[in-house]
Amino acid sequence: MSRIGVFVCHCGENISATVDCEKVARITGELKGVEFATDYKYMCSDPGQTLLKEAIKEHKLDGVVVAACSPRMHEPTFRKACAEAGLNPFLCEMSNIREHCSWVHPKDDLTTEKAQDLVRVMVEKVKKNKALNSIKVPVTKTALVIGGGIAGIQAALDIANCGHKVIMVEKLPSIGGHMSQLSETFPTLDCSQCILTPRMVEIAQHPNITLHTFSEVESVDGFIGNFTVNIRKKSKSIDEHDCTGCGLCTTKCPQKKIPNEFERGLGFRPAIYVPFPQAVPNKPVIDRENCTYYIKGKCKVCEIVCPTKAIRFDQEDEIVEVAVGAIVLATGFDVLKSDYFPEYGYGKYKDVIDGLQFERLASASGPTQGEIRRPSDGQIPKKIVFVACAGSRDPAKGIEYCSKICCMYTAKHAMLYKHKVHDGTPYVFYMDIRAGGKMYEEFVRRTIVEDGTHYVRGRVSTIYEKNGKLTVKGADTLMGGIPIEIEADMVVLATAGVANHGAEELAQTVHVSYDAYKFFAEAHPKLKPVETNTAGIFLAGACQAPKDIPESVAAASGAAVKVAALFSNDLLTRDPLVAVVNRQAPPVYSSCVGCFLCQSVCPYQAIEREEIKNRNGEIIKTLARVNEGLCQGCGTCVALCRTKAIDIHGYSSQQVYTEVMALLND
Amino acid sequence: MQEFEPKIVAFVCNWCTYAGADLTGTSRIKYSANVKIIRFPCTGRIDFMILMKAFENGADGIIVSGCHPNDCHYSTGNFHARRRWIVFRNLLNFAGIETDRIQFSWVSAAEGFKWADVVNNTVKKIKEFGPNESYKQIAVSTLFNEEGATHE
Repeated sequence: MSRIGVFVCHCGENISATVDCEKVARITGELKGVEFATDYKYMCSDPGQTLLKEAIKEHKLDGVVVAACSPRMHEPTFRKACAEAGLNPFLCEMSNIREHCSWVHPKDDLTTEKAQDLVRVMVEKVKKNKALNSIKVPVTKTALVIGGGIAGIQAALDIANCGHKVIMVEKLPSIGGHMSQLSETFPTLDCSQCILTPRMVEIAQHPNITLHTFSEVESVDGFIGNFTVNIRKKSKSIDEHDCTGCGLCTTKCPQKKIPNEFERGLGFRPAIYVPFPQAVPNKPVIDRENCTYYIKGKCKVCEIVCPTKAIRFDQEDEIVEVAVGAIVLATGFDVLKSDYFPEYGYGKYKDVIDGLQFERLASASGPTQGEIRRPSDGQIPKKIVFVACAGSRDPAKGIEYCSKICCMYTAKHAMLYKHKVHDGTPYVFYMDIRAGGKMYEEFVRRTIVEDGTHYVRGRVSTIYEKNGKLTVKGADTLMGGIPIEIEADMVVLATAGVANHGAEELAQTVHVSYDAYKFFAEAHPKLKPVETNTAGIFLAGACQAPKDIPESVAAASGAAVKVAALFSNDLLTRDPLVAVVNRQAPPVYSSCVGCFLCQSVCPYQAIEREEIKNRNGEIIKTLARVNEGLCQGCGTCVALCRTKAIDIHGYSSQQVYTEVMALLND
Repeated sequence: MQEFEPKIVAFVCNWCTYAGADLTGTSRIKYSANVKIIRFPCTGRIDFMILMKAFENGADGIIVSGCHPNDCHYSTGNFHARRRWIVFRNLLNFAGIETDRIQFSWVSAAEGFKWADVVNNTVKKIKEFGPNESYKQIAVSTLFNEEGATHE
């Protein structure tokens, strides 16, 4: 027999104005299993809670129903009070007789009856409640940061400065990401490398940070606080300890005509190379696809010239297994490939380039030492056309979103061009100017007013080459759509920012969801912008959606705080309202038949396979098992399970069916 | 004769519709007292056999409501509920159960007014239908034998 206590709150007059609280307490007090029932003016007040605690002790209550406001408001309050009185907090339930009753109905008998019904439902439910204990999960206080761009760097430094270990994995030979390729940054025209490279060095020198460059994440297993990650360290063909980074090999390598990825194909590099002068680590790697030794079997010039004998032609990839408690994804973005723009001749005409290539031309460390010279013949372009929204906001290209950064960097490009080519004429074709941000609109104004950039509102239909000039055809929609033709020396396309190549595979490897454009999906667009749906995995920067530098940095710091908060305790405490597979001993008697339909519907990859073996080690049954660390308690698996082998604490089948029956049978 | 007051059970998710109904309360929007809410973590948790249990116990109407598509707190639970409902509805139609007595809707945590509308419209509709006699007849013909002994 249960010993349940019912506590009906007046909430001042909020409830008692329309509900006869005394009557509710009196009637529900007569229900089977109710030991004690009372009403009180303010249950949530200090005396109200004391009343509750004393009643629990005095009447030895084994269940509590507080009929008051919404459980979304005060459930934690009353559960805590129960725990303080020695009652398991999960044996306390709330009846919502304020928001769902007294506030929405007039003062009459029906309203009081409804309140009685709602209390009765919870009395019956609480009889089926089980004492539950919070789930404790140990936490490995090491974070993995995937991606070494500005977002990854910021996240790693913030976490490391909180005193936690960080492992950073970067796919390329150097960290730095796209920001290291930029010339100057809007809206202040800070030199990008000047503000970035000190942080790159900080990463390399930080005692809490382990850096794995030229490496990729191979597999991720486990759950929040307890991930096991395999990192593939691709062979660099050099011994990192022996190499001093003198760079002699890179100057002597006979293979010198490989398009330089860092320069976006505007320059060349040897087969043994450091991506850029300020690279971290500043040690070369051998590009095996282009190295003469790997192609023809002979050369080895680098090995001969290396003063420390650090070249290792037979080096193999290495798999490193690490244990981490949290993961920050900061893999950044890519720009749309050239084959998307046949109408603009991108990829066909040398002088039609993209925004990143222009960054390299404008960069003091770029292939032209910062002089704007067109790629075809090295001439200084006197007339230049910038095309904004090249691909963005264009359903025909499959990209309906705004890439967000292009309006600003196009304005910056036009400004930089005017600063370097005083007699030049820049044109910008745009759809709308989106300059929301601190000092952004003022920056665009400066480009237009002070630097005399011609902004033409309209799209470019086609670009073709004629007499060594690029004819740009478009329309000016602010002049009634009159056609415009400009004979330009160079065209810069602000190509859309897209998800990084391989983002989909990585999302599947680390088990996070992604959107239709392959950008990683946040747990909530407003309130959980840096969390993913997988507990313990966070997002930073443009891997989530196009972001500019300040936004990426802010998101990275946000993600770092989430990680630091997770690491602030040795044990992670979670609500035990999770799914559970029935598994009475011996487990072969579980009604789970191992169909694993639950696995396919679980949004959190919380369903694992458990193999039951006999004493000979033969598998006699495979069961589903819920990983309590991952389960978020949605219960989709419960409704789906064909054999009703899976149930959920707090909303068990017994509880909800009891509620329905109690509600309808007074 | 006293006016027919239907018994209506609402199965709602904790994150959107339950919170939406809370907002109806905080906004003091009045609605009919015939509807009583049972809270679920997610519409994806709702095993639709519980709807049958409600009818069996004398419910005249049912509301199932959760987050709008793409707004699910658990990202996909409401899609499972929707899919399940499409299949389940066909089965109920086949069995001769009035599916018009079940109102499936999306009410977000910001839609206090919508919740009152959903409730009031459902109550109005169910009042027009009258008591759920047809389910009782089906239940009687399947669960009771000819002598009227219960199946238990």
